[in-house]
Amino acid sequence: MARKASRPGRTLIIFGLAVVAMYVAVAVNGVWAPKLGLDLQGGTRITLSASTATGEAITQDKMTEAVDIIDSRVNASGVSESEVAKQGDRNIVVEIPGQNRDDLVDTVQQQAQLRFRLVAGQPANGTPNTLPLPVPAAPKAGATGDAEPQGRAVSEGLRRASGTATPSGGASPSDGASGGGDPAATPPADPSATPAAPTQVTDKSSIAQLRAWAQSPDARSTQRLQQFTCAQADEIPDNPSRPLLACDDQGAKYLLSPAIIEGTQLNDASYGIPQNQAEYVVDLDFNGDATKTFADVTRRLAGTGELFAIVLDGVVLSAPQVTSPITDGNAQISGDFTAASARSLANSLKYGALPLQFEVQEVAEEGPTLAEDQLAAGLWAGAVGLLLVMLYCLFYYRGLGLVVIASLAVASAVTYAAVLLLSETAGFTLTLPGIAGLIVAVGITADSFIVYFERIRDELREGKSLRVAVETGWVRARATCLAADAVSLLAAVVLYIFAIGVVKGFAFALGISTVIDLVVFFFFTKPMVTLLARYPFFYRGHKLSGLSPEHVGVERLGRPAAPAAVRRTPEGATR
Amino acid sequence: MSKLSRTGHALYTGQVSIDFVGRWRLWYTLSAVILLAAVLGLTVKGLNLGIEFQGGVEYKVAVGQGNATLATVQDVRDAVLNAGIPNADDPTVNTSGGDSLRVTTEPLTNDESREVASRIADAVGVDVAEDISSQLIGPSWGEQVASRALQGLVVFLVLVVLLIWAYFREWKMSVAAIVALIHDVLITIGVYALSGFEVTPATVTGVLTILGFSLYDTVVVFDKVRENTHDLARSHQTYGEAANLAVNQSLVRSINTSIVALLPVGALLYAGAVLMGSGALKDLALALFVGMAAGAYSSIFIATPLLVQLKEREADVKAGDARAERYQARHQADRYANVPAYVDDMPIHDSPGADQSDPPRPTGPGGPGPGRARPRSTSSTTRKPRGVPPVRFRPALRDV
Repeated sequence: MARKASRPGRTLIIFGLAVVAMYVAVAVNGVWAPKLGLDLQGGTRITLSASTATGEAITQDKMTEAVDIIDSRVNASGVSESEVAKQGDRNIVVEIPGQNRDDLVDTVQQQAQLRFRLVAGQPANGTPNTLPLPVPAAPKAGATGDAEPQGRAVSEGLRRASGTATPSGGASPSDGASGGGDPAATPPADPSATPAAPTQVTDKSSIAQLRAWAQSPDARSTQRLQQFTCAQADEIPDNPSRPLLACDDQGAKYLLSPAIIEGTQLNDASYGIPQNQAEYVVDLDFNGDATKTFADVTRRLAGTGELFAIVLDGVVLSAPQVTSPITDGNAQISGDFTAASARSLANSLKYGALPLQFEVQEVAEEGPTLAEDQLAAGLWAGAVGLLLVMLYCLFYYRGLGLVVIASLAVASAVTYAAVLLLSETAGFTLTLPGIAGLIVAVGITADSFIVYFERIRDELREGKSLRVAVETGWVRARATCLAADAVSLLAAVVLYIFAIGVVKGFAFALGISTVIDLVVFFFFTKPMVTLLARYPFFYRGHKLSGLSPEHVGVERLGRPAAPAAVRRTPEGATR
Repeated sequence: MSKLSRTGHALYTGQVSIDFVGRWRLWYTLSAVILLAAVLGLTVKGLNLGIEFQGGVEYKVAVGQGNATLATVQDVRDAVLNAGIPNADDPTVNTSGGDSLRVTTEPLTNDESREVASRIADAVGVDVAEDISSQLIGPSWGEQVASRALQGLVVFLVLVVLLIWAYFREWKMSVAAIVALIHDVLITIGVYALSGFEVTPATVTGVLTILGFSLYDTVVVFDKVRENTHDLARSHQTYGEAANLAVNQSLVRSINTSIVALLPVGALLYAGAVLMGSGALKDLALALFVGMAAGAYSSIFIATPLLVQLKEREADVKAGDARAERYQARHQADRYANVPAYVDDMPIHDSPGADQSDPPRPTGPGGPGPGRARPRSTSSTTRKPRGVPPVRFRPALRDV
C-alpha cells in the first residue's frame, strides 16, 4: 500500500520548489501587499441595476457597452483608479477607492439619451391642479442671440422659450395643444385632411411632415396631452421614433414630435460659461448629418416662434425658439447648470448614452478612519485565531502539533502568495469578508490535520506500528477530507455565483483556502508525517511526541489496544 | 489533556459509551422543543432584517475613543431629526464599539443622504469625508439581494444532496444528513428571530458556510458508521450498536474539530462585536458560531439516530439485528467474552492486566470478533445497560 509515499523527501522538495516559484513570481511582479477593498481603505461604491421598467431586453452586450461608457465617464471626472465591473446579469458596480465621491452618482447613473424634438404647439401646465404656470427658470435666458457668438461655437439662434407666460410664442399658427380637440376628426379621416400632417409621424418622416404635424397634431395625441400630467412622466418610455409626452422641471408639459436629432449624432460636447454670461452651458458639436438636419430645422423655424425641445432622458431640458438659422453644427444647451452638472452632462454626451436605463441601488461611502479600524480588527482576528489554533494543537498533539504549526505556516505563506498573484492577475481585492473567509479557513485547514491525526491514533490503537498507521490512517483520512473539502468548495462556489456585493470576497477567499488546504495536506503534511514517523522520537512514542502510548491510550505502541477493541474490516488496511 | 486522550481511547474501544442512538427520544424531544421555539419566534417575532434587505441608509460615524456615549447618541438623533426629511424622521442611533456610532434610516435619495451625513458630522464635530461611512440601499436592491440569497441556499442544498448521495451511495444517509442540515438552519434562523439580531447578507453567508461545517461533521461520523457497519455479521452487533460505537469513536475528533473551528471564529466574533461593534465581521461570526454549535449537535444527536431508524426498517438489517441479538443472548453467559464493566475509580493503573483480563485477540480476518464492549441495543432488549453514566466517568488516574 502506498508505495509511492515512501519518498516523502522528494515530495517535500518539489512542494518547496513550487512555493519558492510562487514567491519568485510575486517578486517579479514586485507587489508585496494585496489590493485592499473599499471597506479596508475607504472609498465610494455605487451599485447600479439595469431597469426593466422600459421593457427593453437586458442583453450582455448592452451591459458590457454600459460598463465601458460608465468607465469613460468616471475617468473623465478626474478619478484615476476607479473600477467599473459587471456583477450578475444586470448590475454594474463602480468602485472609487480612497475618495469620497458620491457626487459621481448622477454622472454614472445618467442614461444621457439626448434628443432634439419639435414641440407641437406650446407647453401647457402639466400639474393637475390649476396653479399658474411657474415662472420660467433661468430668467437670464440662456444663450440669447445677442451674445457675441463669433469667438465661440455658440449657436446664436437659440433663445430659451419663456413658457406660455410670454407672448413671444403667440406667433405659432396653431394652438392645437391647448385647444379642446379641434381636429375632432377620428383617426381614419386624417389622410384626407392635410397631406402634410400625417397622423402617424415617425423618425422616418421628413422635417416638413414633422413640422406640419407639430403645427396641427393628430387628435389622439392632442387628447393624450390633455389627459397627461407630469406625475405620469416617468411611466412614458422615451422612444425616439414616436411622439412623446414630456415635462420640464418647471412642470410644463409638452407634446413632442419624434426625434429629429439624437445624442449619438454628436462629434463632441463640452461645457463652460460663454463670454459675458454668468451661467454654465453645454456646447454641442453635431456631426455632418445632424449639422444638415439642424440647419434645415432652424431655417424653417426661424422667426416663427415655433419651438423645438432638447430632451434628456425623457425630461425637457429647454425648449428654445429660433431667431436665425444655425448652419455650423453647433448648438448650446442652457439651463440651471452648475459647474458639476454641466460637466457631468457634457461627459455623458461625449461618451454616449447608456444603452439601458439604470437605477442606483446602493451608494456606499467608506470613511478612511473606519476603514483603517476594520483592517486592524480583521488582522487582529486573523493573528489571534491562527495563534489560538496553533496553541491548541501544540497542547493537544504535542510533537504532532509542530506539524500542524508548520502546515498552517506553509498554508499561510501559500495563501498570501496566492492572494498577491490573484490580485495582480485576476483583480482580486482583499475585503473584510475576504479576511474573514481566510480566518474561517484556518479552522477548516486545521480540521483536516485533526482528522488525519485521530485516524493515525485509531490505527495505533489497532496495534499497528506508527509507520503503518501513518499510511493506513492516511488512506482513510484522505477520503474523509476530500469529501469534506468538496462540500466546502461547493459552498464557496455557490456563494460566489449567487452572492452579490462584498460577500463574493468571502466566498473567493474560502474557495482558494480550501484548495490550498488540500494542496498543503497532500504535499506537505502527509510527507512530513511520513518523514517524522521514521524518527525514533515519534515511532517509539516519546512522551512529547503526541504519540506516546499513554497519550494514545495503548499499553505499548505496536500492540493492539485494549481487548475490547472494535473489529476492523480488512479493507480498511489495504484499500 | 491526557485525560481527553484517555477518554478518547475508552470511547474508541467502547469501554465508555454514551448511548446516542438508543436515547433518540430524548434528543428528538430536545430538538423538537428547540425547533418549536425557533418556529414560534420566526412566526411571532419575525426576523430583524438589515437595511441590505429592506433598503435604507446606514451611517457609521467614527467619533473617537470614549466619545460614543448616550449624550452623543441623543445629539446625533436630534441632528438627523432636524434635517426634516420625512424618511429620516425615525432614525435608529446606537453606539457601535467604543468609538463609533451607527445610524440607520429609511431609504433616502442621494441628496438627502448627503444632507443627513453633513448634519451628523456637524453634530459630533467630525469630518464628513474622513470619519463617516454610509451605505445607501434602494428598496428593490434588497429584494434582489434576498432572492439571490434564497436561490443560493436552495441550489446549495440540492447540490449537497447530490454530493452526499454520490459519496455515500445511499439515500438514507443523504436524508439523515439533510434533515440534520435543515435542523441546523432552522435553529440558526430561530436564534436570530428570538434574539432579534440583525440579519444581513453577511449572516446569510455565515449560514451557508455553516452548512458546510455541519455536513463536514456528519461526513466524518457517517464515514465511521459506514466502516463499522460494513461487516456486522462478523462483529455480531446490531446496526444501532455499530452506529453508536461510531459516534463514540468520532466524539473526540468531533470535539477537537469543533474547538479548532471555533477558535478562529471566536476571534472573529470578538473583533467584530467588541472591537468594531457592528458590521459584516460580527454578523458573519455570529451566524458561524450559532450554526457551528447546532451542526456539532445535530450530526451526533440527530443525524445518526435518524440514520439508524431508517436503516432498521430494511429487511436485511432487521435480519442482521435479530441474528446479532440471538448471538448476544447466547454469549451472555460467557463472561470471558465481555469486558469488565467500568466503574468509577477503578484502579486501572495498578493492574495493567485488568484491561487485558481478556487476552488480545487477533483482529485479522477470520478471527473471532472480540467481545462487544457495550451491551446496549437500540432495539428492545431485556438486558439492562451496564457501565456507568458517562457524566460520572473519570478516566486516566495515574497522571492527574
